[in-house]
Amino acid sequence: MDFLIDSFLSAILILWSFNPDVYFIIYVSLKVSLSATLIASLLGIPTGFMISFKEFRGKRAVIIVLNSLMALPTVVVGLLVYAFICRKGLLGILDLLYTQTAMVIGQVILIFPIVTSLTIAATSRVDERYRKTAMTLGAGPLQTALVIFRETRFGIIAGVIAAFGRVISEIGISMMLGGNAKGYTRTMTTAMALEYDKGEFVLGVALGMVLLLISLTINIFFKYIQGRSGA
Amino acid sequence: MRLLILLFFFALYSPSLGLADPKTIKMATTTSTENSGLLDVLVPEFTKETGIHVKVFAKGTGAALRDGLDGNVDIIFVHAKEREKAFVADGNGAYRLGVMHNDFVILGPASDPAKIKGKQDAVAALKGIARARAKFVSRGDESGTYTKEQALWGGTGIKLEEETTLIIKKGKKRSLSFRHPGGLGAWYFSVGQGMGKTLTYAEEKRAYTLSDRGTYLKYKYGRKQGLDLEILCQGDPRLLNQYGIIPISPKKYPHVKYELAERFARWLVSPKAQALIANFKIQGKQAFYPDAIPDAR
Repeated sequence: MDFLIDSFLSAILILWSFNPDVYFIIYVSLKVSLSATLIASLLGIPTGFMISFKEFRGKRAVIIVLNSLMALPTVVVGLLVYAFICRKGLLGILDLLYTQTAMVIGQVILIFPIVTSLTIAATSRVDERYRKTAMTLGAGPLQTALVIFRETRFGIIAGVIAAFGRVISEIGISMMLGGNAKGYTRTMTTAMALEYDKGEFVLGVALGMVLLLISLTINIFFKYIQGRSGA
Repeated sequence: MRLLILLFFFALYSPSLGLADPKTIKMATTTSTENSGLLDVLVPEFTKETGIHVKVFAKGTGAALRDGLDGNVDIIFVHAKEREKAFVADGNGAYRLGVMHNDFVILGPASDPAKIKGKQDAVAALKGIARARAKFVSRGDESGTYTKEQALWGGTGIKLEEETTLIIKKGKKRSLSFRHPGGLGAWYFSVGQGMGKTLTYAEEKRAYTLSDRGTYLKYKYGRKQGLDLEILCQGDPRLLNQYGIIPISPKKYPHVKYELAERFARWLVSPKAQALIANFKIQGKQAFYPDAIPDAR
């Protein structure tokens, strides 16, 4: 038990003393994960709308595939992207491997299915009459989508939160594509794994506590965007 | 249907219901013994002879020592002689037996931007790399290789930058320090990963790195696509890399399988195992040299 108390006190000490190393690690984690969440949302939410409101052959199959991809292992994404961007790969000349960009690419692939699937789930339950009313009132497709978004934003943002939670806590992609270089691509999760490898458990758990605290802050922010509807 | 679900869960958990095999020991070791493939030769032979199974957990030396310190394993097989001696002196290990050695090598791209090729003096080579600000990939963990790298940087006389993190342990403030020769993230990459990953990282970045010879040989010649790094500096006596085996002390942890662990330790220094080590070759190249019986064949 002492060990947990030590970790808790260390977490406070690290934050309180403005340890520049730790703050940089937090900065890298947030920058990468928030970028990935933003990009995946910009791609995934419109895709979700399109799948939700268009009728086409194989729609159920597409939804099932997207739902299954939510279980995509990080190591698979890591290996896939690695194969493309390593020196011997197709995009090798871009020198992307072991950069923050590489981590963002991997994380976007990881959570795109989550954002898309949960957008479909949120929008498919909305009353068909909303859409029809909006359209009869003269709204174009974009305006109609905005109306639906306002109605379903609680569910959609829940999807975005889930996606963010997935990337900020994942380690496989960050380790494989970022490489855990100190002061460059080291994130909170890879730093924790390293402290574990070194046998410095206290610092590892302290970092974990900092991560949870940040996650709490971000979620308070998301809650603010979600607004009170359905709360 | 309900029966089916029940059966499924039963199948899921039944293996863990059985009792663990009494003739199994757990060993924490370094990534270099595992990655080089040496353990794949030694362990099956030991099991064949004695019927004792060895579960291997390969980590950095720091983590392996930690496993021993916490009594998670029965025996450790690592390479940081000074720290091992301290480990035994503190009563954590029963004793240390020197098993084998090889050496560290400084690797780099064939283009050799820092012009260190052919240098024997490892410290001068590192100095050259730092002066040229050529990319260098460091393990950056508490491994034996990293311990060696730190010692070498210490010898260069380059002013090392130090970062400290305060944490609390057993209610007292303690600082963890991290020292590096400057240029962090610019030319000095501290990746905090195992030897194998560090090698592929250095290859990808066309950087220099310090590696044990065994892992290097495995990655250079034991794979379809050989590692694209060359040995640029070797032969310095300071690059010696010694491996020791330490059974965890039964006085400190009565639950460890000391007798079985001891059998493994004694077996490793027996003529049979020492000969296996001497004859272990990676693509025709000797990777380790036996220490207990130096002329074992």
